[in-house]
Amino acid sequence: MYEVIVIGGGHAGCEASLACARIGHKTLLITGNFNNIADMPCNPSIGGSAKGIVVREIDALGGEMGYNADISHLQIKMLNSKKGPGVRSLRCQADKTTYPQNMLNTLKNTKNLDLKEALVKEIITENNEIKGIITEENEKILAKKVIITTGTYLNADILRGHSKHKGGPHGEKPSLYLSESLQKNGLRIRRLKTGTPPRVLKSTIDYNECSEEKGDDTLLSFSNFYDPIYKIEDQLPCYLTYTNAKTHKLILDNLDKCALYSGLIVGIGPRYCPSIEDKIVKFKDKERHQIFLEPERLNGEEMYVGGFSTTMPEELQEELIHSMDGLHNAKITKYGYAIEYDAIDSTELKMSLETKKIEGLYTAGQINGTSGYEEAAAQGLIAGINASLSLEGKEPLILKRNEAYIGVLVDDLINKGITEPYRLLTSRAEFRLLLRHDNADIRLTEIGRKVGLINDEKYNIFKQKQQRVKELEEHLKEVKIPLTEENNKYLESINSSKLLGKTVAYELLKRPEITMKDIEHLLNETFDKHASEQVEINIKYKGYIDKTNKEVEKMLNLEKKQIPKDINYDNVRNLATEARQKLSLVRPLTIGQATRISGVNPSDITMLLVYLKKEYPNE
Amino acid sequence: MSDTIAAIATSVGRSAINIIRVSGSEAIKIVDNLFKGVDLTKAKTHTIHYGFIMDKNEKIDEVLVSVFLSPKSYTGEDIVEINSHGGVASTNKILELLLNNGCRLAEPGEFLKRAFLNGKKDLLEAESIGDLINAETEMERKMSMKGVTKELSQMITSLREKLLNIIANIEVNIDYPEYDDVIIYTKELLTKNIKEIKEELTKILKESETGKIIRDGITVGILGKPNVGKSSLLNALIKEDKAIVTDIEGTTRDIVEGKFLLNGITLNLIDTAGLRETDNIVEQIGVEKSKKILEEVDLILALFDISKPLTEEDKELLEKTKNKKTIIILNKSDLTEQINNEEFKNKEIIKVSVKENKNIDKILDKISEMFNLKELETQDYTYLSNSRQISIIKNCVKIINDIEVANNNDTEIDLIQIDLQNLWNLLGELIGDTYKDGLLDEIFSKFCLGK
Repeated sequence: MYEVIVIGGGHAGCEASLACARIGHKTLLITGNFNNIADMPCNPSIGGSAKGIVVREIDALGGEMGYNADISHLQIKMLNSKKGPGVRSLRCQADKTTYPQNMLNTLKNTKNLDLKEALVKEIITENNEIKGIITEENEKILAKKVIITTGTYLNADILRGHSKHKGGPHGEKPSLYLSESLQKNGLRIRRLKTGTPPRVLKSTIDYNECSEEKGDDTLLSFSNFYDPIYKIEDQLPCYLTYTNAKTHKLILDNLDKCALYSGLIVGIGPRYCPSIEDKIVKFKDKERHQIFLEPERLNGEEMYVGGFSTTMPEELQEELIHSMDGLHNAKITKYGYAIEYDAIDSTELKMSLETKKIEGLYTAGQINGTSGYEEAAAQGLIAGINASLSLEGKEPLILKRNEAYIGVLVDDLINKGITEPYRLLTSRAEFRLLLRHDNADIRLTEIGRKVGLINDEKYNIFKQKQQRVKELEEHLKEVKIPLTEENNKYLESINSSKLLGKTVAYELLKRPEITMKDIEHLLNETFDKHASEQVEINIKYKGYIDKTNKEVEKMLNLEKKQIPKDINYDNVRNLATEARQKLSLVRPLTIGQATRISGVNPSDITMLLVYLKKEYPNE
Repeated sequence: MSDTIAAIATSVGRSAINIIRVSGSEAIKIVDNLFKGVDLTKAKTHTIHYGFIMDKNEKIDEVLVSVFLSPKSYTGEDIVEINSHGGVASTNKILELLLNNGCRLAEPGEFLKRAFLNGKKDLLEAESIGDLINAETEMERKMSMKGVTKELSQMITSLREKLLNIIANIEVNIDYPEYDDVIIYTKELLTKNIKEIKEELTKILKESETGKIIRDGITVGILGKPNVGKSSLLNALIKEDKAIVTDIEGTTRDIVEGKFLLNGITLNLIDTAGLRETDNIVEQIGVEKSKKILEEVDLILALFDISKPLTEEDKELLEKTKNKKTIIILNKSDLTEQINNEEFKNKEIIKVSVKENKNIDKILDKISEMFNLKELETQDYTYLSNSRQISIIKNCVKIINDIEVANNNDTEIDLIQIDLQNLWNLLGELIGDTYKDGLLDEIFSKFCLGK
């Protein structure tokens, strides 16, 4: 008997099982194959716009992904460094060999956590409550909570050209029966699709025909607690090439041969991750598309052909790859394919990621309709935390949209539902200036500490960082910039006006053109890098942060307006039919939540408010 | 379901035919009970039927009855409209019968409210129709009609589309930083595009303020030291004795309003207690009030006594009216001129004698000229017409100013984006539409992205 069983050892499953075990609950992680623990079947990278911040948040809450990426990457860079503090985000090229290895080691060395290789065919329920699982070998294992994180393996089909066969990402046995078991328990299932590009042999690429894309030349880390350990000069480069007229003609001439356009695929694919066929059909007037060549591992021969996801038959994939500069003689080691899989309709879930219909059953990751390793890991962590809190009889952890990208992710899934695999984008976060890379720990580490995932060592590091910020701020409020000719000359050189008297450093920093570096120069001091960044952001962007906080307040006011749990939407007059259906389905807890449900329009909210005022005048 | 409401939809007494509108779930049943003719409960939507409205066995009126079934009606509910021919008495009788048979008298604007709540009208349209209901003069009616035709909604919608294009482009730059084939949205591009949007908003705003004049009229404050003839001037303008006129300083303690039409536009006249500092508490209140009004009026008539040199108080008044539309009026032109004209150079001056009713019409001509009142009558009205709408647009222009400043200071694009989003939301508020997911659709339909 376990307290928690986690089904699936991908990014969601790893975080979920680690969270439960670290908090102190006896946990079993069941996976089809130990070799596929924390597998990266698609692009060899972690982070990216918005996603990099999610990794920081996972780390700040006490998850594993950030640190594991830090010790397993080939290259790392900061994206959007010039576009504003709210959208800076890390992205790394993760090593497909060491990332899973490091994760597996961590799992093996975690107290309270058992690992098992098996496929699960059924969940056991009693009176709509989870009791355990049955493996395909008919082994019954009981547990108080079950978290399903099966990724794309549920009833998966691999599609390429005109062929379609059952199989997981590496052509392995998919999970054929679990989906049926879930449907029998009343959960709605939908079909989604995603794709992956071919891989080519490193040594067969002509790098002279491609441009090089290097990692940053400053040390960076996902971890909020530990310093980076890699050497800047050890980073591997990526390469950039382009499609051309020949590539495009080949695709247009052979559309009927690819699985996507021949009608073989019924699942809905993501718009932000279209296949090369899709790109060329939908954007006919574009003369070329960027193709990124990314190393998959330090000790390995494969390069990932980013931007070239395809379902063309194998012989055409050869021709297509060879049509591009740098790849004329490239040898394909693995062909691109599309994968169709079953996912749960995410409106079946509560904000805690527990299913509404079966108590104690949680789902996380791609099974909930998201795409991406980071989105999966984030949900795994939340499901793990909430399963644990529930075991302890505590209220679930629900992060708000102004607290974390993870909050935005869960809120979108549950309230908006999805029509395509969901990817986090910065544009989905209306308060992104608050959800920054630099303040992930300020936002979330106390929460992680409270649920029991931040150990003393990490917590002390966090506290010390905070202390340094406080001290620097106090220092800058006291110290005066010496009124010297030299300093005024310096100010003039950066187009700032002269000092008229001794000026407090903090005040001078308020000038838009003055940076922390300038203050360091003027005072002839060196500040702690992290503290310096925090102080600078707080001063420089105060106006905008205040504006965003005002918007947050508006949202929170709507969140305060509770909707009675027993409300019957059929009694609310003049609701549009779609709104009535969606409200009945999602059953939002607050007016704020109701406003975010797709298909519920402002006039429906007005009607709902009128009804609540009339029927529940005292609430 | 909603209850059934009824009201006379035409202005009673003026037209030969009056329409009584009934809306709600019971509309057809209730009218059918009073109607002698076909069975209305079986009538198809959008049909007209001839018959009589009966009070038991007595024929009240010969009528045409139009039936509109939900949801294809003005309010979205079942609607019956009764065209009555018998004048005021029988129209009222029909309404009374309806009210006795289960209808409730509609509140002003209630049909419109239902139309809005049922998604038949957007907020901007609804507000315009609201204005129409209250429209008193022909010009106001014309303007309200324009709002109904969606012209404004369309203008705002197209501005929002332009804005969405900018926002989507910036979002793509942020979410897909490695894609070099998407246009990078630069400082220069933003400068150019935001300027265009600002110009259009400013134009709408300017026209809207004219629109407000048509709707609310021009508020005119009459200012001057005590006993200079403010109340007399007001009376001369409205041709009735409303303000108390005496020769003792400080008798006008309340702000007295008078209204009259000038070229079809309402002029709201406000007489104020003098702007003099005073210890008298009652008068002090009046003085405070007039200072506040000074800020709100559209035009100031500043009154001076031509027969005396300017006092400190007069000079103070001149100073206070510096930034306002002002006409300088020198009263008591029947007396010997003592005033130092120097102080008024470069200003419009009209010399009048209120006592002898001399040159009062020149004041009216001047007002008409200043506000282009004669042209207003012949113009097309596409403006926003209420102050909620105008204040939203004003806020929008303010945000654009912020954006321009930030852009000039090289503020990072993500921060400017906060203001762009606010701008887009505000404009959405104007037409009652803030559906955020539109942005993602825009991003994915216009840009080719992804791995």
